[in-house]
Parts: sequence; structure tokens; C-alpha cells
Amino acid sequence: MKFTLSWLKDHLDTTASLDEIAETLTRIGLEVEGIEDKAAALKPYVVARVLTAEQHPNADRLRVCTVDAGDGQPLQVVCGAPNARAGMISVFAPPGTYVPGKNITLSVGTIRGIESRGMLCSGAELGLGDDHDGILDLPADAPVGQPYALYAGLDDPVVEINLTPNRPDCTAVSGIARDLAAAGLGTLKRAAEPPVRGEGPCPVPLAVELDAQHRDLCPLFALRLVRGVRNGPSPDWMQARLRAIGLRPINALVDITNYMTFDRGRPLHVFDAAKVAGGLSVRLARSGESLKGLDGREHALTEEMVVIADGNGVESIAGIVGGAASGCDAGTTDVLIESALWNPQNIAQTGRRLGVVTDARYRFERGVDPASTLPGLDRATRLVLEICGGSPSEAVVAGEPPETERVIDFPWTEVRRLAGIELPRAEMKIILESLGFHVAGTGERAKVLTPSWRPDVEGKADLVEEVVRIAGLDRIEAKPLPRPGNVAKPVLTPLQRRTRVAKRALAGRGLMEAVTWSFIPHADAELFGGGGADLVLANPIASELSDMRPSLVPGLARAAQRNADRGYPDAALFEVGQCFASDAPEGQSLRAAAVRRGSAGFAGAGRHWDGAAPAVDAFQAKADALALLANLGVPTGGLQVVAGGPAWLHPGRSGTLQFGPKNQVGHFGELHPRVAKALDLKGNLVVFEIDLGALPLPKSKPTKTKPVLALPDFQPLSRDFAFVVGRDVPAGEIVRAALGAERKLVAGVEVFDIYEGTGVPEGQKSVAVAVRLQPVERTLTDAEIEAVSQKIVAEVSRKTGASLRA
Amino acid sequence: MRLLDIAQTRKRLRIKRTSTTNGTMASTDLDTLERDLLAQVEAASDEAALEAVRVAALGKKGSVSDLLKTLGAMTPDERKTRGPQINGLRDRVQGALGARREALAEAALEARLSAERVDVTLPVREAPDTRGRIHPISQVIDEITAIFADMGFAVAEGPDIETDELNFTALNFPPGHPAREMHDTFFLAPDRDGKRKVLRTHTSPVQIRTMRAQQPPIRVIIPGRTYRHDSDQTHTPMFHQVEGLVIDRTANIANLKWVLEEFTRAFFEVDAVKMRFRPSFFPFTEPSAEVDIQCSRKGGEIRFGEGTDWLEILGCGMVHPNVLRNCGLDPDEYQGFAFGVGIDRIAMLKYGMPDLRPFFEADVRWLDHYGFRPLDVPSLVAGLSG
Repeated sequence: MKFTLSWLKDHLDTTASLDEIAETLTRIGLEVEGIEDKAAALKPYVVARVLTAEQHPNADRLRVCTVDAGDGQPLQVVCGAPNARAGMISVFAPPGTYVPGKNITLSVGTIRGIESRGMLCSGAELGLGDDHDGILDLPADAPVGQPYALYAGLDDPVVEINLTPNRPDCTAVSGIARDLAAAGLGTLKRAAEPPVRGEGPCPVPLAVELDAQHRDLCPLFALRLVRGVRNGPSPDWMQARLRAIGLRPINALVDITNYMTFDRGRPLHVFDAAKVAGGLSVRLARSGESLKGLDGREHALTEEMVVIADGNGVESIAGIVGGAASGCDAGTTDVLIESALWNPQNIAQTGRRLGVVTDARYRFERGVDPASTLPGLDRATRLVLEICGGSPSEAVVAGEPPETERVIDFPWTEVRRLAGIELPRAEMKIILESLGFHVAGTGERAKVLTPSWRPDVEGKADLVEEVVRIAGLDRIEAKPLPRPGNVAKPVLTPLQRRTRVAKRALAGRGLMEAVTWSFIPHADAELFGGGGADLVLANPIASELSDMRPSLVPGLARAAQRNADRGYPDAALFEVGQCFASDAPEGQSLRAAAVRRGSAGFAGAGRHWDGAAPAVDAFQAKADALALLANLGVPTGGLQVVAGGPAWLHPGRSGTLQFGPKNQVGHFGELHPRVAKALDLKGNLVVFEIDLGALPLPKSKPTKTKPVLALPDFQPLSRDFAFVVGRDVPAGEIVRAALGAERKLVAGVEVFDIYEGTGVPEGQKSVAVAVRLQPVERTLTDAEIEAVSQKIVAEVSRKTGASLRA
Repeated sequence: MRLLDIAQTRKRLRIKRTSTTNGTMASTDLDTLERDLLAQVEAASDEAALEAVRVAALGKKGSVSDLLKTLGAMTPDERKTRGPQINGLRDRVQGALGARREALAEAALEARLSAERVDVTLPVREAPDTRGRIHPISQVIDEITAIFADMGFAVAEGPDIETDELNFTALNFPPGHPAREMHDTFFLAPDRDGKRKVLRTHTSPVQIRTMRAQQPPIRVIIPGRTYRHDSDQTHTPMFHQVEGLVIDRTANIANLKWVLEEFTRAFFEVDAVKMRFRPSFFPFTEPSAEVDIQCSRKGGEIRFGEGTDWLEILGCGMVHPNVLRNCGLDPDEYQGFAFGVGIDRIAMLKYGMPDLRPFFEADVRWLDHYGFRPLDVPSLVAGLSG
């Protein structure tokens, strides 16, 4: 919402400065977004007379002029404008002036050998238009030496406020003035708008053809004919104000409606009566109808849109945009002025469907003051009569203004209760009254009647807001909100705690945390088991951000590739975030995932004097996943690592982490080559992904005491075994068998060598393990050690079919 | 090698010993022997040679040992003069041997040390826990959580995909109201009944979820991902918010001011922050306000607690009576406030990222520069950012 200072002062009698006004507006909730003060920006530019203009001796297109800028001293200026001539009045800028249209600051220069002390300017150079043809050519009576901004009426600062959608009353300069007056910045000028006396009834028949179900789409419609108007340009003052707020003056009748829209928040429409066939009717659009609007666009209408139609068809889209066919132009002599009330939701919906944003729509969808319908018509009629002449008919009115006033039972203590500030009752009453509320009652409770222009005020809390925003939020003093209880209790749920630990644990493994989009390309989503219809965005911001992600992996993998493309091949990235299996809250899972690309292993990446880092493999991903589980304190007693995973992983180089077949918690490994290709990935990349919500929590115990620590006094000892087994037997089974062979003594099993080749039969492999024995009661004898060894060999052999390597 | 050395040295010494086995050796002979032995000790160039000298002199059949054996057969008078001479000889030879042994050990150590050398300027690999990074968004969420936990706030969460009811209607956005258009909403495809779920445009639906799930008193913050159909230098279609909600029987704007003052002071880590509360509008709060904080901007650097610029950092207000009613709470009995902060935005303000978009691009150069080390865990006791 924009307005000028002089415009505001039409409604507000004030001595406040522009700064005070701006500061107050922001303080009371009408946030000032900007102030444009052309008078300040254009201060150095003065009206000047060109005394002489002669051909430049060294340049065909240049002229050497002398200029009188008001002090009678001729100044020499080189000018390139074709229209520069002796005797003309133009605008002069001295050296040192900033030229906004050219973004330069002038200095004394020499142009083709002739000194130039300043510049004669075009409107474009002043940032005031796009007349690049030549310098400004002002009327002969323009006062030489006067600042141009003053002469041109540009000395009226323009204020723009960022209006919140709850304040339709402040879409009008008059409404803004009311708020400022309430805030103590002056007196609101109120002018009653007596009805216009028409000469005879409006000859154009009016019908509202809406059935009972749709009657509320147009509760009130008023129309008046003014005959014999001259529709020339509107007066300069009106044009200047409209231009100042960014509107293009068109002709007097149209300008008057635009002026009323901003001055009173009362959008109107004018039809050229000569172009209206028969009477006007308000009705719903019919399927297939369309309208060429005043905005130059063809609008296809649908059946829930309200239109104003005549014998020729639709002439205007209610409350949004008028039609080109019945618009007013210089030839208009009889004008129909429409002032109506429309349903805000219907207007919003129509505007959205048509994709039309107009000043009328903006106001109607927020709620135009119903009480302004008839006075608005009268005010507009008066402006038409003043500016264009003519004679008015009576107004024809259909419908009634709806009941909008509300009475709110308001205990004054409500201000203290909600705002925490004690204000004198008299002050609160004055605030409400100056905003147009009617306050009745003298006791603890008041009956507050809301004004017709404040549809946003519905209850007590709204009145508290009115009081405190005008009184000043800064008057409320901060009061501590004591913490309940004494020592702070933990505030995180176990999953929240795990989320935090997961991030730091993974970062501690050299991975960098990424935050990637929750939406990914449809094809990517499908590759990772997603892409379901319930997770596709109806209006994605870009076609490649279309589907809610089923997994963190595709986003991370693509991010790693982007880094590689930028020259950073060894990216190690992780993310902890939401994934989506359905649009229900239960379909959302919190996951942790990581990718390692190139040689970005745990120990480091790339070549190094101490040995180059190898290409990452599935075991790097497995190590990350297991480290994560360990750091999260997941009880891993029942954890199984089984070969294979979902279809997006390499079938032979991936694994699944599970607590039983029905309780899979994550996967790790290389991507399936087909998936890698589909994601445009080059180079090797390994991943893991774990569903944090699926991980078992430690059993809650009544004590924090740790189990007793037993430290045996006897030396542990280690025995090595090399088993030969089928190459497909998982080494994990050998380890598990060895661990289970003699639970009292076997304290650990490490696989220290895997070998296939000479000396091992075809199709078999050798797995060498070191078994650590920890005696607990006494040192073992050689015979006992031998017996345990036999047991281990027997157990491994029984479980895996392995034999000791000869 | 060494054994061979000893054998050769012994052979040499044996030849000499034949000339000194005379028990009635004169004192001049003793002097000669001593000179001879000390010279040999001095000449021994390694441990083995020195050991050979020792055996030849002090061993069972050594030259000095032989002399000592003669003492037993001497008369007391003879012993009186010869005893000290021979014992003295033994002590001096022993001393010389010890000294020489130490010197040799010292020399050997010196030789070893001069050979054992590493080039300490060779680079070592950077450790994993110094390579890894925490994203600024996570770090800032941890900072915010630490501050509010201290004021007794728990952390609540909710789904990113929300119903229209929870994202809008229950929060007092009437259907079709222009306030809905302030939120450029992402919609999911309509379901069979024509209902469209939305990507939550703010974290506020979790207010509703929380109030419907638990009775007051309520004190929670709600951090999370939010989505709006918007993209430029300061807007991304996905961003992060943290919401705060306090519901009890007395919480009012004065308390809200205090909480926000405490928060901004703690978050920006300055002793005082000047704040400005501007009345504003949010459908789910009444009265509503936006909050600006004072700062100075020089170059790309923002400092809080000084300067003349105002920066908008959050929106807040008293929870709207309609919202309380929508959650089954009587607005005459319960009251409270809510506030919402852009996490990405205050991260940018505090840590000076000029552009929002790189937050979501996973560029390792950006993460390395703006990210945090894994052990920089924000806490109030240690100072949020150390």
C-alpha cells in the first residue's frame, strides 16, 4: 500500500514530520517498507534556460549550449540531444550531481575539445520515465532557477507500507489516517458524504440474478448513470498522486475509480453507458463464457465466478477486472458508475483461478467496508461531476448492507491478563473510540461495538491487540517466566537424543553433514522404492524436485557426484533426516545415511607418502554403520549382518543389518551399477542407511549402576587356526561357531587372513582366525589348551563344513 | 664377528702375559703392567674388545688376578707394601674399564641417534574427527535447544506432510482467506476424496498436535523442516523453523518478551540486545508482533547489541482463542504465547553466510568453511559457540 504525504494530509490534520509519521506507522503495526522522497533525490536539478545552442565544431551530433540556471551566469554545456535549441526551458544538473538514469556522477569534462560544466537532462536521466528522445522541454513560463522536483510536483514523498492481510481498512489512505490519529499524530478529518441528488431514476435496469444459495456473493449492488460527461485527462493533482503510487493515469473516469480505491478503499467500476446493451445483471458466469479484460487478457470464466452482464454478454468480472468492450474512453459521454459488495472468499477464489491481481481484488478479498457502498458511489459521483461535468441520475440499489457490527463483552482486565500491562481504563477507552469502536458501560466490563470497516476484530483478544498496539508494545515490560522445577530435567526424547548423537558420531568419522532437499526427481524416487502417487507434489518448484524422498541415499549420491564434477572426487557426506513411505505421519521415518566416494575412507583420502588411500568399499560403509549403532548405544546382541539388500544395492556387495528377518534396520554396500548409471554417478561410491526409529532402545533399568567388572588374574593366550571352507560360506559363521565353542574361555575371535589360490582347492577359501582364550580360574595346561582347540575345530567344522588347512 | 674379535684379542694378550707371570715382580714392572693395561683399555674400540681386556686382566687367569693370588704366599711385611700396590693396580684397571665402558655405550647411543631420523615436516593425514563437519543448521538447532532447555522447554516434533486442517484451518486460517496466500504452499496430489495434503508451511501445526496430545502446562520448542513455493537469494523451497509454545494459566506478552530477550541475548552471545516489538498479523496469534533486533553492519559483518540497523528475526504473539478452542482448551481458562524463528535466517545472521541457497547444495568447500567440528557441542556452561 502506497500513498503520498500530501494525500495523507487530506485526511489527517497533523504537524508531525515525515520521520515521525513513518516511525509511528511501524510502531502501530503498519510497517513502513520504504519512503521515496524524489525532492531529496532530485535536489540539485533546477529549471534552466538554454541561452544559445550552436553546432559543436568537432562533432556532428553534439551542440555547445550556454545555460542560465537562475543566477544569470551563462554556463557552457555540451549536449547531445537533438532537441536542444536556444530559448528552450529545460532541466540542468551542475557538476557533482548524481544522475540516477545513468548511474554516474557528473564532473567538469571536456568533450571533443570543448569544456562542459554540467548537463541538460531528459526525464529518463532523472529516472522519471523513458523519454530518450531528448532533454526535457518545459513550458516557457517555467520558473528558471527553481528546483525541478518542486516545479514538477515531485516533492510529495511516497510512503509504502507492508500491509498485513487483516487490515482491509488500511488499504485506504483514510484508514491509515484514522490509525495515525488514534496514535496521537493529529486529528482525523471527517467529511460526511451526503447523498447525491439525482435527476430522475437510473434508466438502466439492474437485476441481481443469484439464487438464494448464492445471494451472499453479492449482498449489495448500486448503480448510477451520469449523462453528458467530458472524459478528458484527470486533473494534474490526481494524476500526480496516481503516478506517485505507481499507477498510470488513463482518463478522468478511470482515474477517479482508481483514486477512490486508494483514497477510501472503495473499488468502483465505470461502464460506458453507450456500450451497454439493455440492462445490467449480476449473475454467475456460464460455462464457456469469456471476457477480454481491461488488462488486455482474455479470461475464460467458470460457473462459480460472478459477473456483470448485459445483452451482449459478460461485461465485467465482479470485483476483479472490467471488460474492454464496455470500458470508458475519451469518447464516453454517459457513464454508469458501479459500487458493489462482493463475497471475499469468492473473489479470492476467482482471482486465484484467473491469475489476476488487481487493486480491486486485493481489497474485496480482504473485505471492503460494507457501509462504504453508497457513500462511495456518492463520493465518486461528486468527483465525476467536478471533473467531467454531467448530470446524475438517482442510484439504483439492489440488496442490503449485511449486518457486520459485533458487540464484544470486554472485561478491561483482559489487557492485563493477556498483555501483562496495567493501563488506565480511560486511556484504553480513548484508544478504542478513536479507532471507531463504540464503547458502552462504565464498570469493569464494557460493551464494545466494532465498526463496519474492521471485519478482523472478532473478540476480546482482538481488542487487546488494538489497545496495546496503539498504546505501544514497547510499554510492556519483560517479566521473567520462571522455570518449572529446580534442576533441569532432560528435554530430549530417546530418539531426539539419538539424532543428535548420530550427527556427531558420523561427523567424528570424517563425514560432512549435508542437508539435501526433501523432494527429489520422480525417477530417483522410483529407483529407491518410492514415487508413489501419494508422495508426488502437485506443484513442484522444479520438475526435478517433484517427489518426497523414500531414502536419503539418492540426494547424497548426487551431491557427492556434484562435488566430484567440481574437482572434489573424495567427498564423504552424511545426512540425518526424514524419509517418506506414505503421506501419513507413520509413513515418515527418521534416517541416517552416508556416502563415501572415491578414496574417502575413514583414515583419509587420496595419495599420501605413507601409502595411498584405497578406493572405498562396502566395508567402509559397514564400519560407519556399526560405529553409528555403537555410538547410539544400540544393544547389538541380536544384531545380524546378512548378505544382500534392497534392489538399489549391488546384490553381491551389500548387506542388511537386522534384528531378525522382520526387523531390518538398515543397509550398506555399493550401489547397484544400474542405479549408479541412472543417477549419472561415475567412480566408486559406497553408502549406508539406517532407520533410527527402528533401532531397539536399551531396556530401561531401575539403576544406573554398571554390572560388576571381573578382571581375571591370568594371562590371556591366543591360538591361530586356518580353516578351509567353501568360498560362499560367510566368514561370520566361522567366527560365530568359534565364539560359541567354549563360551567360558573364548573371549574373542579375529579374522586375520582370507586366501584363495594355490594350495587351496578350487571353489574353496582359507579363513585364518586368531582365537583369544581368557582363563578365569587358573592357568591352562597344555592339555587343556589342546582340548579347547579341538573343540573349536570341531564346532567350526560342524557348523560350516570347514576343515583345518593342512 | 664379535666372538671372533674377542678370540683374536685374547691371543694377543696371552703372548704378553707370559712375560708377566713372575710373582716377585718389581714395582717398576707393576707400573709397566698398569701402563700396558690402561693403554689396552683405552684402545678397546667396542664392547667386545673391552671385555677381552677385562678378562685378560681381571679374569680368573688374568694378569692382575694372578698377581693378587701371589699375596697369599707373601710375608706380612711384604704384603704390607705389595698389597696396596697390587690392589691399587686392580682398582685403577677396574675404574678405567668402567669409564671406558660408559664412554663406549655413550658413543654407541650417539651413533644410533644420529642414524635414527624422521622428517618431521612430512604431513600426517588429517584425523577423521577434524575432517568431519556438523551442518550449521544442526549446530544452530543444538544451540537453540540448549538455551530453551535451560528455561524448561521440551522439544516437540511433527511430520513434514500435514493435513490442510492442521497446517491452516486449526490455526485459524479460514479457507480462502488471503492469509493462506502469504504461505506459498506445496500441495501433494489430491486423494480419492479430493483432499490435498500439504508440505507444512511452518512448524505451527505441531502446536496443534502438542495441545491436542497433552494438557497444560505446556512448554515446548518445535524445530523442523518447512516448505514454501519460493526460490531466490533469501528464499529456498525448503527451510527450517523453530517454533516455541507456552500454554498455562498466566503466560502473557510480558513473559513472552522476557523469553525472547533471554533467547536473543544467549543466542547471539552478547550481554544485551535491543529489541523492537512491532504489531503484526498472524492468523494463529492475537495480539501478534514481529520482532526486530538492533545491530550494526560493516562490510559483511553483523554485530548485535550495537549499531542503528533493525533486523527482523521472528514473529510471535498470544495464542489465538480460536486456536485454543480448536484444541479443546477454554481461552478464558488457558492462555499462552507462541513464536517462530527462521533457523537458517538466524544462522546466517550469526555466522555471516551471505546466501541461503548453498545451505542445501552439499558443496564440501562450503561445509568445510561454515560447518562445525563434531566435538563443538553447544552448551550453556561452555558457551554456545566456544
